[in-house]
Order: sequence, then C-alpha cells, then structure tokens
Amino acid sequence: MKMENEISLKERRKSYWRANLRILAILMSIWFTVSFGCGILFVEPLNEIKLGGFRLGFWMAQQGSIYVFLVLIFVYVRFMNKLDRKFRFEEEND
Amino acid sequence: MDVKTWTYLIVGLSFALYIGIAIWSRASSTKEFYIAGGNVSPISNGMATAADWMSAASFISMAGMIAFGGYGGSVFLMGWTGGYVLLALMLAPYMRKYGKFTVPEFIGERFYSRTARIVAVICLIIVSVTYVIGQMKGVGVAFSRFLETDYNTGLYIGMAIVFFYAVLGGMKGITFTQIAQYVVLIFAYTVPAIFISLKLTGNPIPQFGLGGSVADGTPLLEKLDKVIQDLGFNQYTTSVNGSKLNMFVYTMTLMIGTAGLPHVIIRFFTVPKVSDARLSAGWALLFIAILYTTAPAVAAMARLNLTETIQPGPVGEATGNLEYEKRPEWFKNWEKTGLLKFEDKNGDGRIQYYNDKNKTFTTKAAKYGWAGNEMTTVDKDIIVLANPEIANLPGWVIALVVAGGLAAALSTAAGLLLAISSSISHDLLKGILRPDISEKQELNASRLAMIGAIAVAGYFGINPPDFAAGTVAIAFGLAASSIFPVLMMGIFSKKMNRQGAVAGMIAGMSVTLLYVFQHKGILFISSTSFLGSMEPNWFLGITPNAFGAIGALVNFAVAFATSKTAPEAPQEVQDLVESIRVPSKG
Repeated sequence: MKMENEISLKERRKSYWRANLRILAILMSIWFTVSFGCGILFVEPLNEIKLGGFRLGFWMAQQGSIYVFLVLIFVYVRFMNKLDRKFRFEEEND
Repeated sequence: MDVKTWTYLIVGLSFALYIGIAIWSRASSTKEFYIAGGNVSPISNGMATAADWMSAASFISMAGMIAFGGYGGSVFLMGWTGGYVLLALMLAPYMRKYGKFTVPEFIGERFYSRTARIVAVICLIIVSVTYVIGQMKGVGVAFSRFLETDYNTGLYIGMAIVFFYAVLGGMKGITFTQIAQYVVLIFAYTVPAIFISLKLTGNPIPQFGLGGSVADGTPLLEKLDKVIQDLGFNQYTTSVNGSKLNMFVYTMTLMIGTAGLPHVIIRFFTVPKVSDARLSAGWALLFIAILYTTAPAVAAMARLNLTETIQPGPVGEATGNLEYEKRPEWFKNWEKTGLLKFEDKNGDGRIQYYNDKNKTFTTKAAKYGWAGNEMTTVDKDIIVLANPEIANLPGWVIALVVAGGLAAALSTAAGLLLAISSSISHDLLKGILRPDISEKQELNASRLAMIGAIAVAGYFGINPPDFAAGTVAIAFGLAASSIFPVLMMGIFSKKMNRQGAVAGMIAGMSVTLLYVFQHKGILFISSTSFLGSMEPNWFLGITPNAFGAIGALVNFAVAFATSKTAPEAPQEVQDLVESIRVPSKG
C-alpha cells in the first residue's frame, strides 16, 4: 500500500509539474508578445493605429504592457490555486 | 509656512514614524531577523516589496530618463515591471517552498557545494553594495538640496535612521517601515502628477491625461512631438534608445536583472505559504504599477511644460524665447543647485533651448541668430524634483516630494543592507566558517554584520568611488548574468550539477564585467577603458548597461556545456528539486 502511494505521489508530482509548465508557456508567450513584440519589434506598424490620443505601439510600451503583466500574474495565481486543488497539493492553513 | 519649514515638518514626522515602528518591532530570533518571522500577509509583503524595489532611481530619476528619452525610455518601464512576471511565475513560489533564509543558501544546497554558495555570496555582495551606494548618495543629495544641510550631515542622519530600525528589527522592522515608506512615496509621487495632469489636460488621472488633449484641442503627445521637433529634437513618441536590438536586449537585461536581485527575492521568504508568494508578487506589481504608469505621464507633461516655458512664442521670432531676467522663481531655485545651467551664447538676453547636435536644425538656428543651445545643463532629475514648483503647487507638496524621495532611498537601502548582512552572518559565518554557533550568537552576529554593512555603505556614500556612476549597469547586469540563470537552472533543470552552476556563474559574471569595464574603464576609471565608450566598438551596438542579458546567455551555455563533463546531480538533490516544485507534501 505504501509503495503504491509513493508511486502515485511521484506520478502526481509529474503531472502537476507538466500542467504547470503548460500554464507557464502560455502566460510567458503573452508576456513576450506584449512587451518585446508589441512594445519593441512591431511598434512601428502598431503606431499607425490610434488609441485616443496615443499611438498604439507607444501606449503598449509605456502603459499597456504593464497592465497586461498585472493581469498575467493574477491569472497565474488563479490557475495555480486550481491546479493545487486538482492534484491535491494544497497547503494547509496553520 | 514656507517650503523649508514644511519640509522639516513632513520629513521629521516621517522619520519619527520610522523610529516608532523600529521600537515597536524588535526582532528576537534569527527567523524574525532574516524573514520577519515568516508570517507577513501577501498584501503587506506586496507593499513592502514595492518600497524595497522602488529606489531613489525609480522615484527621482526615471521620469526624467523617460522625459528626455521619449519612446526609448520605455525600456525602464517594461524592464522594471516585466521582471515581476518572471519573479511570480518562475522564482518566488519555488524559493518560498524551499523556505530558508537566503539566496546563497538555496544555491549552496541545490548545487551541493560550498564553492557555489561562496560564489553566490560574492555575486550578491557586489550587486547589493554597488546598488546601496546609489541610495546613500540619494539620501545625502535630498538633504543637502532641500534642507540646506551639509551633504555628509544628511548622509549621517539617513544612516542613523536605517541603523535604528534595521539593526533592532532586522527584516521585521524593515518590513513595517517599508510599508509606511510605500505610503509616503506613492502619495508624494501621485499628488503632483494629478495636479499637473489636471492643469494641462483637465483629466485628474495622469494615465488618461497622457492620452488626453491640451487646451487648444490637440492631443498632448502630438503637441509634444511637434513642439520638440520644432526645436530640432527627436520626435518624442518614436525616438529609440540606441537601436531596436539594443532596446530589446536592454529590456531583457532589466527584466531578468530585477528577478535576480537578492534583496527582492528574500522578500518572498517572509510570507506564510507558496500560494501567498504568488499572490504577493501580484500585489507588489500592482503597487509598483501605480508609480510606473504615472511616470510616463509626468515625463511627457513636464517635458512639454519645460519646453514651453523657455520657448513660449514661435520658433525663430526674436520675441519667441523667454527673457532670462523674466525667468520664473523655480528656474532660479534650480540654477542654484546646478541642475539647470544657462549660458547666454548669443548675448540677446533670451534663452534658446534646442538640439544643437542636429545639423540641419543648427543651420536654420544660425539664421535666427542663435549661437548654440543655451541650456547647457538640464539634469534629468529636475523632471520630478521641480515638477511641483513648475505646476505652482503649494509648499507642502514640495515637502512631500522630498519625504517621498527619502522614503524611496531609505527603504531600498534597508532591504539591500539586510541582503548583505544575512549573507555574511548566515551564509559565511553560520553556513561555512562556524556552523556550531548558537542561534543567539548568530542573531548578534547578524546585527554586527548589519552595522558593518551600514558603515561600509556610508563610507562609500561619503567617498563615492569612480564606479558609483555605473551602479545601475553593474547591479542589473550582474544580477541578470549571474544570479538569475543559476536560480532558473536550480529550479527547472533537475539534473544540473555543481560544476555547471559554478562555471556558469563565473562565466556570466566575468563576461558582463569585462564588457562593462572595457568600455567604461576597469572599476569605471575611464582612463583604463581599452575600447572606449563609443558606438563603433559596441558588440552589435549594445550599450554596456544593456549587456547583462548576453552575459546570462553565456552563463546558460557554459553551464550546460560544463555539466555534460561531470556526473548529474545526486539523487537526494533531485528529490529536493522535485519537492520544491510542488507547494505541499500532497
């Protein structure tokens, strides 16, 4: 019985880590796209688009990317809390 | 009340508050001294992290760098906030799960090597000491400019305050003072910004005001673009910092450098749980973003104000320029400090402020009878410091900005000093030299190390070495090229061995230091630079400040190559890595 638990713990850890890496990959590609993509690499074409008094590329570089970063972290917190529950790795409150 | 009285009052009150907190929050165990007992709530830690992170440079200099760099200044905005995504997603939760006191401790245990731990301590001390010198200088400058005390006296007062709460309370005292300091600094930053935004655009929210319109109906940024281009400067919203590649690498360096700064990482040891560490990073970025999204608004608005004050009329007409004798009061005040300097080159008694490095415009300017840019110094710090006066705000707002600048400098200094002293007392003394000392002895040692660190920081603040000017380059470059990669590999590569980690850290650090030194001089003594700080010599046009990300690549490459030559990490270390990857035993 003990053996089985250990194997399943190892398996659970593995699946948890794989799911975690998937979440990371998605969120980090958004992180890259809004800052390095919109804010630097594709800033000129985006600057052709107007957002109120802003050029969109400029806005992404000086405002937008920061807002997206914030959202990314809070989304990550939610995803991970769900993942902790799903794989039974929640921490106890002490 | 005059500005000086207000300043004494507000700065005095804020200092009294910090001392009060120090007395109330004394540390009685090493756990309290190093990680504030480990029970700081995620919001409180987020606020403390924000103050810990936002230094004199963020508060005083950043808006100025954006104001004069325009779009190119975005590297600081994205770089210094995007690092928090890396921290939250790839570092903080795992470091918290590991759950000990210092960053070198993790590196030493994960790479089962004292050498790795010592190399990490060396990286940490170089990064933190260079960084803390800048903060001490900030304190001295704030005092000498606003309270008209001697620079050294100001520095001693700052040291005494930090001494009080950092030595008595350790991380516990630092955490509570940082929370108070955050409140002071964010209030000080946003109040003048709201006023200036209201005045220029009618919108009280600076983030929206930046996209709003000025009195004549043109969008603010369009107006700014036109006004400065008319004077030969680069267009604000499109001027790049070096090249696009340089901006890319620079932003990356600042991001991974941020995530690799030990004094920021240790803040995440203070929360109770792994899930709290993730959440706390989100709160930290929220509190930081309030300042970082306000800064570009302050930058653009102050630049427009400054330019239009000096050039109130059409460019080229004799009466278009401000008469020197009629310059406003704030102009005179800041001339006294040397942050603004005027030289009447064409002797017409009026001020011409334009870009005399722009050849086409200089030819045109010569026809107007202009003989060169007459604002010989416009220090970037003026943007934040003079902002309240330019906007005609009451004396207490100016005093608040002083208290805010001091709060930003002191809170960062304290965090850095703790990172330095804990690496000495916990890593070097307890971990390596004298593992048999009792907890009480270690606590005493950590207090002594803190006193030593304050003394060293103070000494360098009073006698700034040549390399003080390059602190940002060194601190971020080294954190990015040495500490960040080793932590990443420690968490994400289970098999990475000690040989790889040590070789990687040394290679990353050396390459970055060499690049900085070859262009800026060995230890920044400019006569010893062998390639000169000029563009043709830069590798792919990358500025020395931006080089850390390349150093990080070298670190990763060397580490993986070296690790192949030695056996992979032992089983118990791989088990440790597996255990820190999940939040609980399950």
